[in-house]
Amino acid sequence: MAEFLQFLFSGLTIGAIYALVALGFTLIYNASDVINFAQGEFVMIGGMVTFFALAAGVPLPLAMLLAVTTAVLVGLCLYGFAIQPARDATAVTLIIITIGASIFLRGVAAIIFDKNFHSYPGFAGANPLQIGGASVLPQSIIVLIGVGAIVLALWFLMSKTLVGKAIIATAANKSAAQLVGVNTDWIIALSFAASAAIGAIGGILVTPITLTNYDVGTLLALKGFAAAMLGGMGNPVGAVAGGLIVGLLESFGAGYLSSAYKDAIAFVVILAVLFVMPQGLFGRASVERV
Amino acid sequence: MRLPLKMMTAAAALLLTAVSAQAQIKIGAVLSVTGGASFLGDPEKKTLEMYVADINAKGGIAGKKIELVIYDDASDPNQARTFATRLIEQDKVDALLAGSTTASTMAIIPLAEEAQTPLINFAGAVQAVSPVKKWNFKTPHTDLMACEKIFQDLKKRGTTKIAIIAGADAFGKSMRDQCMSVTGKYGIEVLHEETYQPRDNDMTPQLTNIKSKAGVQAVINPGFGQGPAIVTRNYKQLGIAAPLYQSHGVASKQFIELATPAAAEGVRLPAAALLIAEKLPDSDPQKKVVVEYKKTYEAKSGQPVSTFGGHAYDGLMIMVEAMKRAGGADKAKVRDEIEKTKSFVGTGGVVNMSATDHLGLDLTAFRMLEIKGGDWTLVN
Repeated sequence: MAEFLQFLFSGLTIGAIYALVALGFTLIYNASDVINFAQGEFVMIGGMVTFFALAAGVPLPLAMLLAVTTAVLVGLCLYGFAIQPARDATAVTLIIITIGASIFLRGVAAIIFDKNFHSYPGFAGANPLQIGGASVLPQSIIVLIGVGAIVLALWFLMSKTLVGKAIIATAANKSAAQLVGVNTDWIIALSFAASAAIGAIGGILVTPITLTNYDVGTLLALKGFAAAMLGGMGNPVGAVAGGLIVGLLESFGAGYLSSAYKDAIAFVVILAVLFVMPQGLFGRASVERV
Repeated sequence: MRLPLKMMTAAAALLLTAVSAQAQIKIGAVLSVTGGASFLGDPEKKTLEMYVADINAKGGIAGKKIELVIYDDASDPNQARTFATRLIEQDKVDALLAGSTTASTMAIIPLAEEAQTPLINFAGAVQAVSPVKKWNFKTPHTDLMACEKIFQDLKKRGTTKIAIIAGADAFGKSMRDQCMSVTGKYGIEVLHEETYQPRDNDMTPQLTNIKSKAGVQAVINPGFGQGPAIVTRNYKQLGIAAPLYQSHGVASKQFIELATPAAAEGVRLPAAALLIAEKLPDSDPQKKVVVEYKKTYEAKSGQPVSTFGGHAYDGLMIMVEAMKRAGGADKAKVRDEIEKTKSFVGTGGVVNMSATDHLGLDLTAFRMLEIKGGDWTLVN
């Protein structure tokens, strides 16, 4: 039982990170049909900026604010200088642009920061809590609470505010949204800013557990993408569920089956699910209207 | 289409050598300056650059200056192979100091053999020097030696039942295999084995399994990079009481920082004398060399010394001394002289090479260290 709980908490913590990356994918995909493969870089920026700000003597809250601001600016630049000028291109072209942007951001980070791994102390100390025989780091709890708060905030934004309605309208039909007076360029820019902020907050929260370096984003983008696909691309609930499921599959796979094949186990399950439900767990079958 | 292109490159290379033919010795290096193994390649590059400049300032080798050509393989063995080919065919180097990782090195060795160019590599695993290849030499200690050193220490502590959690990269796999090959010799019994992927960021599931395995008296973690740091953190998180052994692959201050001093407390690892340069007794034959290298490196690079840069120092010095004895850069002569290296005191240990041993180190080159209060201490 103690082992089960340990695997559970381990999987939830790692899964929460994937969920945040998947949420970032979802937000941008919904507004612009682009799958932004530079999403993992936002997580990297969050962790790296916080670390270097802390190292320079900036107090933690300010360092976190700085990290989120930096990521949002990078997100807006990504949209303004790379995506927006090519807005008439096909979605595939735009996706390739984001891959290029991701490589570029990694290179810049390697030069501005450095190539070493970094970490900073957890926000609530390093002494693990004992929960039913499992040792859980306080930071893991903070990560889970943080992810929960972000999901709630997103839900509030999407369903209770005018901006959220505009995002949904843009996602449903861009031309129609423009016709009723929605500034769709602004909405898409906003979605880039928001998903950059989500990524950065994720990076800030998890760095004390997972460490960070300039190319930590690649793998996260891959896992987050798998999570988003599993949950159903474009569905925020699916993104969170997909992230948690991938994290749990990895940790239970490593714990009960074989640590050598834990990634393979996770991906085999994902493939099997997508084989039966190509639209993902929570995705709607896409309908092409002619 | 291929042939004319090759001829053109050859002609261009000839032209280049003609221009820069002011009696120089060309040494080529392929290092993992960026990418996952940058913590190896970066100090290696800095070390080579500062010491080559130093040797040239002192007049070079037999009146000839050294020209150092360094390529960065970005921790990718494919690129390492490409760059090594370029060094041999295009840059026409006299000797190679190449391969930060085992994977890169294994890609380069056949090229050096084919081109009959002396190569000193900086790879960790034992396959990088065994079986002996005519043109290939190596400076870092092997993983087999690390295992034997750990097993010796275990026996001293009266411990025989262990568990292994290894990284699923070339280094981790190789060291795990080497450890398994000498368990019989030291009477060690491996009760449980786990692995993790090099980029994993949580090893608690694997360690939970080790924790719940009855009778495990010690745990060995063959690996390098950030993986062992996370293993050490998770080990502390789970409160596992058995002592944890890391490998020489994490022998840098950065490891203690990443793992946090609290979690790293009591962790033991075999490492080169360089890490504890100032703490060595004055009678130690290596003390002078390691203290000097440490001072030079830290003063010029502004970064704490790591054993990896030390391997590059040893490789360069062995190469340079062989060239001095050979009176130039004749490839065959230099190779023979490298093989004759005897009682060379380097940062890694005292090197005595022979036709059957292209590494030349024995177990005394390793010191068993324990991390106490965020710093290395010498065990016994």
